[in-house]
Amino acid sequence: MIEILMNIGFGLGVATFGFVLQTAMGGINRKIAARLQKRRGPKWYQEFIDIFKLLSKRATSHGWIFDFGVIMALGGIIGTAMFMPITSSIVAFEGYDNFFIFVYLIAVGMLGMAMSASGSGNPLASIGVMRALTTMLAYEVPFMVVVMTIIKLTGTSSLTGIAVAQQTGDFNWFMIALPLGFIVAVMSLMGMLGKKPFETYIAPAEIASGPMVEYGGKQLGMLFIMHEITIFIEVSLFVHLFLGGAETIIMFLIKYFIVYAVLNLVSNVLGRFKIDQVVTFFFKWPLFFAVVQAMIAIHLGWVI
Amino acid sequence: MESTKYTQPVALSKKQVDRKWWEIGDFFRRNSLWMLMYCTGCCAIELPPAMTSAYDMERLGMGPMATPRQADVLLVTGYLSLKTLRRLIYTYEQMSEPKYVVGFGSCTINGGIYHDSHAVINQLDQYIPVDSYVAGCMPNTEAVMNGFVDLIELIKNKKANGWKNYHTNNAWYKKNQIDALGEVRIKDEFHQ
Repeated sequence: MIEILMNIGFGLGVATFGFVLQTAMGGINRKIAARLQKRRGPKWYQEFIDIFKLLSKRATSHGWIFDFGVIMALGGIIGTAMFMPITSSIVAFEGYDNFFIFVYLIAVGMLGMAMSASGSGNPLASIGVMRALTTMLAYEVPFMVVVMTIIKLTGTSSLTGIAVAQQTGDFNWFMIALPLGFIVAVMSLMGMLGKKPFETYIAPAEIASGPMVEYGGKQLGMLFIMHEITIFIEVSLFVHLFLGGAETIIMFLIKYFIVYAVLNLVSNVLGRFKIDQVVTFFFKWPLFFAVVQAMIAIHLGWVI
Repeated sequence: MESTKYTQPVALSKKQVDRKWWEIGDFFRRNSLWMLMYCTGCCAIELPPAMTSAYDMERLGMGPMATPRQADVLLVTGYLSLKTLRRLIYTYEQMSEPKYVVGFGSCTINGGIYHDSHAVINQLDQYIPVDSYVAGCMPNTEAVMNGFVDLIELIKNKKANGWKNYHTNNAWYKKNQIDALGEVRIKDEFHQ
């Protein structure tokens, strides 16, 4: 009993770590983007200020589905983050860091947000939710093909297992071992994070920030916390699958920062796709390359 | 000289505790002002340089937001015809509290060059409370930035109380709105 409680406490610690890390990273990356545009940019802790300000504001409600969905989204995402390994040895629930746990649990958060946004009754929110789910359908397929290839090669679907397989030298980092798959995964990650070319479901100028259109005050603050932890989960997944995980926490921070900063730089120079362009794009090249990579790696056995 | 002996800390009353929390909240609120731009007037042309590299309002923590619910400060950039005033009131009432209003240009102060038009209101603060004005026709970008810094100072000194006045003097504001518009009906299109 005590052990389970310890594990849960540890898991909550991981989620808090993810929130603090990603919120700081978000601020730092806003600063980087600002320096690229020859601006001074906000303080590096600006995103913390934003979130605490939102939590300090008064908010209207649009019915209990609206409120409950927000809590469900936040809870679902915190529950997902609890399973995330930070390094190969820092895992809250030893043996439960399976890749599929993240795939299934992250959907709870997403669906909670979809339910809540639809509960607001605003048509723009419904359009945003529909677009978010369509985008999800588009990027998941090529990403899954690549990850299945990795699972087939390493023979394990545990994230620490995959990371250890790269650290001990059974395989190179999968960004080198599976170059085509790595490119596909980067594109899918940009779709997951909602970065610029695939930002279609937020689109502030077009559908007034999509699912978030009716949120203000506390609910928006909770959604921001949920958003930060979601990004933490997705980027950490990527680090563990393709960049060889991390032996120490410093390495994790460095790899995390590089992945997030590079994606941010790429997204800052791109425009926005329409929703049909997003779907056609993902089902055309990334899916093609993913399948080619799977054929090369599994059928022909060519792994660098 | 004050005694250095240990004294029992005085328990704060609930009002004082609330005040402390409010001050902490004010720190966050003044460092993260999200704008809703009501850009129907010509002063809106001063906002792009204020937002981009030349003046960079993001260093004050300000940024544009898409909807009234998410925003903290409403920017009324210039003249308001009776038609847009109605929409402005809808927008203002949708914003989540605490909310602030900045009026741009002489049109919001006394009517400006439209002072004798039958279709344009002259004084914005008869209809919704305004916290900070930026004078000029049109104000230059330094003045706009200064207006924002003024608003931040007002929040710091607890003088940006427009949203409280809208509650206390609601009857007066409503009367003015109805006198100008004939009818103000806050219509909730999505929940009918």
